[in-house]
Amino acid sequence: MDVIYTDVLVIGGGLAGLRAGIGARRRGHDVLVLSLVPEKRSHSAAAQGGMQASLGNAFKGEGDDEDVHFRDTVRGSDWGADQEVVRMFVNTAPKAIRELAAWGVPWNRVERGPRDVIINGERVTLEEKDAAHGLIDARDFGGTKKWRTCYVADGTGHSMLYTMSDQALAESIPVHDRVEAISLIHADGVCHGAIVRDLVTGKLRAYVARATCIATGGFGRIYRISTNAVINQGTGAAIALETGVAELGNMEAVQFHPTGIFPAGILVTEGCRGDGGLLLDGNEHRFMPDYEPEKKELASRDVVSRRMEEHIAAGHGASTRFGEHLWLDIRLLGREHIETKLREVKEICQYFLGVDPAEELVPVRPAQHYSMGGIRTDHRGESPQLKGLFSVGEAACWDMHGFNRLGGNSVAETVVAGMLVGEFIADFCDDRNTHTNLSSAVVADALSNAEQRLKDIAAGGGTENAFAVIADMQNIMTGKVGIFRDGEELEAAVAALEDIHRRSLAIGLSSQARGANPELDAAYRAQMMSKLALCVAAGALQRTESRGAHFRRDYPRRNDRDWLSRTLARWPGRDAERPELRYEALDVKRMELPPGWRGYGERNHIEHPDVDERETAVEQLAAGIEDRHERQASLMPYENLLPERYRGPNERLDRGYS
Amino acid sequence: MTDAKGDDGRLLRVHVMRYNPQDANSTPHLETFEIREAAGMTLYVALTEIRETLDASVNFDFVCRAGICGSCGMMINGQPGLACRTLTASLPKDITLLPLPVFELISDLSVNTGKWMRGMAERLETWAHGVDKDVDVDKLEERMEPELAQEIYELERCIECGCCVAACGTAHMREDFVGAVGMNKMARFRLDPRDDRSDADLYELVGNDEGVFGCLTLLGCVDVCPKDLPLAGQIAFLRRRMLKEAL
Repeated sequence: MDVIYTDVLVIGGGLAGLRAGIGARRRGHDVLVLSLVPEKRSHSAAAQGGMQASLGNAFKGEGDDEDVHFRDTVRGSDWGADQEVVRMFVNTAPKAIRELAAWGVPWNRVERGPRDVIINGERVTLEEKDAAHGLIDARDFGGTKKWRTCYVADGTGHSMLYTMSDQALAESIPVHDRVEAISLIHADGVCHGAIVRDLVTGKLRAYVARATCIATGGFGRIYRISTNAVINQGTGAAIALETGVAELGNMEAVQFHPTGIFPAGILVTEGCRGDGGLLLDGNEHRFMPDYEPEKKELASRDVVSRRMEEHIAAGHGASTRFGEHLWLDIRLLGREHIETKLREVKEICQYFLGVDPAEELVPVRPAQHYSMGGIRTDHRGESPQLKGLFSVGEAACWDMHGFNRLGGNSVAETVVAGMLVGEFIADFCDDRNTHTNLSSAVVADALSNAEQRLKDIAAGGGTENAFAVIADMQNIMTGKVGIFRDGEELEAAVAALEDIHRRSLAIGLSSQARGANPELDAAYRAQMMSKLALCVAAGALQRTESRGAHFRRDYPRRNDRDWLSRTLARWPGRDAERPELRYEALDVKRMELPPGWRGYGERNHIEHPDVDERETAVEQLAAGIEDRHERQASLMPYENLLPERYRGPNERLDRGYS
Repeated sequence: MTDAKGDDGRLLRVHVMRYNPQDANSTPHLETFEIREAAGMTLYVALTEIRETLDASVNFDFVCRAGICGSCGMMINGQPGLACRTLTASLPKDITLLPLPVFELISDLSVNTGKWMRGMAERLETWAHGVDKDVDVDKLEERMEPELAQEIYELERCIECGCCVAACGTAHMREDFVGAVGMNKMARFRLDPRDDRSDADLYELVGNDEGVFGCLTLLGCVDVCPKDLPLAGQIAFLRRRMLKEAL
């Protein structure tokens, strides 16, 4: 039996996993990172536009702080988020960005003096303060009250990932790349590591660890049209689900990004609109102000994507042989801006569309983009059901995004959650009570089960084709579990996906190649992905309301009375055909910001019966408290939840630590 | 619509190098696949179609399929390039795909650029040295000139795809040559005030035949860099600084 032992096994070499690993390493634990691909190729690198942190250095960011960031994030989530976790996040985001600045990320900086920008289609000149010169700059993004999105041109994720990965190298953290964790080793509610397949040799190996941290990103590839990298197949979330113990949260909360280039679905950043770009219809009419007079192109992503699809359905799209689309217009930003701050966008348009965005319009249509759902964890990043299993980043449902994530909050979450959960993992490993005597039979069983699964595929005489099964699943998801959903279609989708899942168990192979075998990879991934797809579709079917990115035509209102809750999905057994769903209520009486209108989108939600009482209580509790930190603490104390080293207040220009 | 200027429907003949070192019976050879060209087809789309409909065992690497992750460098009709953003319409109907040379072959078109790049990063220690591990992250960040931040980013745009190494005469002859990718990184950290290494420190790393003095200035790297990095100027500049150190 081939076994490797370590203290902390991190599965996934993107921003979140690497940062968690660095944290645990610095606390003196051995850390080993597994990655599907060389870690610098992780999908974190694709984050273009920026990272939200309320530094408030730029003119349009003045007055920003944790309180404003908190409210934007909770409203963005359509009140689905865990507000304590959002507080932990907004307080740590400035620290995360400052740490990365010290480590070497070349954040764009504020330049003193006049600054020409485009706001609402008009050229405006702002005056940046002398005192802010050289501090980290920010741009505008959707759903935010302030310019808060710090950036490195439009290669923010790339820069962050390279710096993080080089730091991990400096800490001598080993990364085993081109491997895939295909099951978790667990017994009696405790996780002990993973069974891992080498994608080059095909061999299996057991990695035994005190703490296991899944940081494998999202599962966008269960959809046909997605901005996600081809590796975002969600196998990390799937192996947690397949334990039958750990639960996944809010899987039906799937984000569609307004500007995937059409028809390829490759992302162009929200920074295009943040910097002043407009959305135009087939007649080159700017239509967003007609729907969203307040925020226009910069309402939250769920709202903009729905408005776009609504506008296309009303017959206002531009027509091509591939179907309908709309236009993104960034010509007004000028060539110089595009060639410095949006150069990846320029390259993408040039190579994939043959379009020069400084001169021509860019064809766009919403495409699947982000998984708010994932492995349900507590505020420490640990699964409440499976001890020793942690999860961070997009793979997790920590739950700071609720039913819709704001642009710029995802890369921010990766590093913030990595910082915090890295400490909690270290605490977990420090605790002598978590030392267990693992029986080698548990490891041997896990290994032989995984071997058997692969043997069943390779030699089980199955007749289904792995690629066809995946393609059919993706078509069902994009066709029936997309931006607009309804009961009838979702029922059909669940039935069709149950069939997909059955077919995935009858996949055979046409090639018995030794070593690297992409068909075998696809075969077990098809089994895993179909389970995730069923969680998404079943969750969407059962949730008879509309919240954030989950929109039901037949239940178009947000219903706090009946649905202010988090969906939890569990796979009840190896032979089960569908997930088991249950719901975890969100407690209005403990919320710092009780549910209300978001400030954009429809204003028609059904109220929770506790809202009035809580609003009154909030008003009374906060009355007369001048200091904003004390006021916050009176409403919803959270500081005790943070690791001690990250509890401090953040300094700001002209404000000190107030 | 303005995409896909290709003439729809050509029959493409894609010649793919096949060789699986894990299999003792495998020998290197070209295998030809015929597929119908579609509008807007990239080599990512073409190779995926080949794998999914003609031969499931073909190995190649794609991750972002958007030209930003650097996974899919390969020899495309004799030139190193990113397959994901190469439109078939820009190529003749006979397309020959080979793995990038210099790097360890994994199988078919898949090569181990990750291992090579990590080795290079370890040798050159491509991280800011002298960073205070206990930097006070509550405090206002250190200032940096806006222009300097942009200059650093200009060099940081490298995606480690390996095209410059595949196109490099020296890298073919000298196993430990750090390539344009390595020298560009050194130039990037040299610019960065957060890295406290001096030119004398850098000289220890690249002031040799595996570094700047191994470069023959053939500049194949410049011709093929998918990110149009200013490699020629950076290499020349770094070499001048290192020469000065040597004297």
